[in-house]
Amino acid sequence: MSAQDKRWLLRKENIRTLWIIFIAILLATVVAGFFVHQHESFGIEDSFGFYAWYGFITCVGMVIFAKLLGIFLKRPEDYYANGSNGDSNTGETHHD
Amino acid sequence: MTELLLPPGLLLVLGALLMPLGVKIRNALIFSLPVLCLLMIWSAPADHVVTLPFLGFELEPIKITTTGQLFATVFSIMALVGGIFAYKQANTLELSAAFVYAGSAIGVTLSGDLITLFIFWEVMAIGSTLVIWAARHEGAYRASIRYLLIHLFGGLLLMAGIAGHVVETGSIRFEALSLESISQYLILAGFLINAGAPPLSAWIADAYPEASPSGTVFLSAFTTKTAVFTLLVAFPGTWVLIPIGIYMIFYGIIYALLENDMRRILAYSIVNQVGFMVTGIGLGTEMALNGAAAHAFAHIIYKALLLMSAGAVLYRTGKRRCTDLGGLFQTMPWTALLGIIGALAISSFPFTSGFVTKSMIAQSAADQHLAIVWFALAAASAGVFLHAGIKFPWFVFFQKDSGMRPPEAPPNMLLAMTVFAVLCIGLGIYPEPLYAILPFEVTYQAYTAAHLVAYFQLLLFAGLAFFVMLPMMKRTLTISLDFDWFYRQLFPLIDKVSVQITQGINAIGTNIVQIGWRAFQSTLQTSRLSKYHLAESWPTGSMVLWIGVMLGAYLVMNAWF
Repeated sequence: MSAQDKRWLLRKENIRTLWIIFIAILLATVVAGFFVHQHESFGIEDSFGFYAWYGFITCVGMVIFAKLLGIFLKRPEDYYANGSNGDSNTGETHHD
Repeated sequence: MTELLLPPGLLLVLGALLMPLGVKIRNALIFSLPVLCLLMIWSAPADHVVTLPFLGFELEPIKITTTGQLFATVFSIMALVGGIFAYKQANTLELSAAFVYAGSAIGVTLSGDLITLFIFWEVMAIGSTLVIWAARHEGAYRASIRYLLIHLFGGLLLMAGIAGHVVETGSIRFEALSLESISQYLILAGFLINAGAPPLSAWIADAYPEASPSGTVFLSAFTTKTAVFTLLVAFPGTWVLIPIGIYMIFYGIIYALLENDMRRILAYSIVNQVGFMVTGIGLGTEMALNGAAAHAFAHIIYKALLLMSAGAVLYRTGKRRCTDLGGLFQTMPWTALLGIIGALAISSFPFTSGFVTKSMIAQSAADQHLAIVWFALAAASAGVFLHAGIKFPWFVFFQKDSGMRPPEAPPNMLLAMTVFAVLCIGLGIYPEPLYAILPFEVTYQAYTAAHLVAYFQLLLFAGLAFFVMLPMMKRTLTISLDFDWFYRQLFPLIDKVSVQITQGINAIGTNIVQIGWRAFQSTLQTSRLSKYHLAESWPTGSMVLWIGVMLGAYLVMNAWF
């Protein structure tokens, strides 16, 4: 498949463009924060870019936490199938 | 204004039993019953109650309350649009079961007493189990049995609680209950099991994704939201619901992040979303309860939309794993677009239904100055976008080119998805009709500049986190251990081990008896007594000896007794 046949979204150079647009929007939301006043219940909501960094940091935290938990919790797909009950849980569904 | 003679939910249940009579009758019932049900719910006078004497109690099989009306309405809409999605592809068993299920859920929302509620509650368990069975494969059957066991257990707790409550108070009324004795705690536990609360949260992600493409859509709507309804009526402001709700929120996010199966990701996010509602019920202010009720209404619609989109993909490709999917936007653009609308709504993106409902819960946490709750809810809102809002559409429709070029979803599926997508955006832009039917008067204003900026920052930076962390999000061919490990792995293991132990003890016991017997035999043979062996020869002496023994024994018995 040549680059021309690929969908717009799948071409390398366009992904770069999308990133630039995305980062521009991110900056715009932070800048917009200067023009509005957040109602403060806990004394931090109106600080610089609070929702931006809080959203980012907590999400990174959750991904890392999930990753670490995964070390203990992840099992092969056929984990329960190995037992005596021959359970198939993650196989493809057949529908009529 | 007409008097109701038949509970609207029962209408659906009875109608569902006629569905096997023929495809034409079935389809006519699918489209007419929910509409008729809606008419009944809304034509009945406000606070309408029908009573029925039963075993010395006054049952209230129909009691129209604001909250009940709200839930019954969205359940009816769900039955109708779910029917449109399913009627061409699903089998009759699934459709009948789904309508029994929907009807009994509506029955719960309109019941005024605990006995009626319990009966509909159990019918719901049967209906939903049959929906899973209708998928007709081994995995679904096994999952449905585990599902049924959990719900029978929950029903047992509920029945014990109701019985105790009736004995203690003499009242069967379904109203706000205070946690005075074990009975009310049992009722609470019964409700919470259906909500997917810890520790038994695993049943949702275990059973729902095993149903057919349309079966999961029906399943996602009724059981957990009926539980939200009952908690909302019976236990508003019960503080213990706050930590339970917050646990559910993060449980859903973390497990969904670890998951590879697209419909299981969405099943985990049901627990997450119900967690928001349970937290709202625990907060207990008018705004929080409004938020919980409104969020349940919005959630049923966007969650069904997401599962319809996933169902259409499953129907066309037969694949469920993120690792097998990707790049489907090329040939299923409408399914992708409508799925993305559902994904934005679940993430409470501004101008979608989630935005105008979920924020009421967070706002009431702020109003009560519950800092931990508020910060947890804010982080969770970002986390929803992470685990469902981006993860689902990204891995299914974009990600990589899986090479699959499935055709677009069938027209009836697209129609159902379009109706719900329009509702997602419509309620987001114009929430007033929804606000008007909430339990309390709404003073909340979602669209302020500050709120918009806050949400855009929170969600878009969560999106940034997703793409930055993408290498860590690479899907693996794994499942994650959960509480169901206890009844799927540990219990069978204990069973196996204990069988082996009993067999071992048995074998040892048998050996000891055998060895003892042989030793006895050999000593007997070498002793003088051996000549009194019976059956070898028939000496008279031997006979005399044994007669003597028997008579002696008889004499001893006579003397004793």
